[in-house]
Amino acid sequence: MMAYFPFVVVAWILGIGLYGIVTSRHLVHLIMCLIVVQSSTYVLLLGVGYVTGAVAPYFYDVPAHTPAVDPVVQALALTDVVVEAAVTALLLSFAIQAHKRFGTLDPQELASLKG
Amino acid sequence: MTPGQRRWMFGLGAAGLVAFYLWGLSGLPGFGNYPGPYGFVILHFAVRQTNATGIVSAVNFDYRGFDTVGEEFILFAAAAGTAVVLRRLRGECERSAVDEAADRDVPPTSGAVRMVALLFTGPVMVVGWWLASHAQTNPSGGFQGGVILATAFVLVYLAGEFLVFRRFSPIALTDAVEAVGAGGFAAIGLAAVAMGLAFLTNYLPLGQTPGAVSSSGTIALISFFVGLEVGAAFVLIVGELLDQTLSIRHGGG
Repeated sequence: MMAYFPFVVVAWILGIGLYGIVTSRHLVHLIMCLIVVQSSTYVLLLGVGYVTGAVAPYFYDVPAHTPAVDPVVQALALTDVVVEAAVTALLLSFAIQAHKRFGTLDPQELASLKG
Repeated sequence: MTPGQRRWMFGLGAAGLVAFYLWGLSGLPGFGNYPGPYGFVILHFAVRQTNATGIVSAVNFDYRGFDTVGEEFILFAAAAGTAVVLRRLRGECERSAVDEAADRDVPPTSGAVRMVALLFTGPVMVVGWWLASHAQTNPSGGFQGGVILATAFVLVYLAGEFLVFRRFSPIALTDAVEAVGAGGFAAIGLAAVAMGLAFLTNYLPLGQTPGAVSSSGTIALISFFVGLEVGAAFVLIVGELLDQTLSIRHGGG
């Protein structure tokens, strides 16, 4: 079981994030839930690339052939963080405009409005 | 759809997701037994090939540099998108006599907040530049450094107010810095093409000592431009969002 524990954590983070999105009553809360969903991908990426007993892929103060974890998934996680920040900024600005136009941030009320 | 039905639908979908996820897990090699050859091949050759000791930066700005160009332009597009979505709507005005009057009624900033923000602005700026210029050495790089650089401007906002933030980061200048950052990355790649090499080939001298600031050729240079781009993009995004506090007040809806 321990061998799969990080992947269970991934599923848990993904699950509560999705549940939050489905039941959300506030657009800003919904965007935060989307961030939680995306956070599960960081854990997944770093979990997949982990090597037992290895160091981080930085060789400034360790010899160049020390066993290290996969640097590619770490680079992907970095990409992931940047894209998340960009998407969040864009979604928050949509939320501002939705509030200006419809006077509400409740997605269930927004769904019943015709723009 | 009522909230109850919605929850049922979610339960159904979640059950399917769990089933497929467990099925997928059963094929994974387990935590700590990374199987792929790709990461190990890069680890084996990266220090020798690029003279960088920060292998994540070597992957981001060299081996997978093409992907990072795309990623950087996602951020560029998002900053532009935020500016477009939050453009001035009919009936809104961004500047008003009330907000710019010398004797306007501003809620005072707490002395403690002002003090801490002012104390930190300089050091945060230095840390940002340090991170953006050491991608080849340690776990830093343009993306991390750029975000921290943008934080320095947010501290200026916290210490003063929005109009001071604008004075420190005029939109035209921030736009120009962002364009130079994004364009610089692409230009470094295209320079390689002009020399008859593949796009984003590392053509600069790699230096002698692995991990030194002057090592790793284009990796360090690209990281610097990415730092400019990311910093300017976040200052723009924060500025656009803060602008709304003025627009909404005067727009009346």
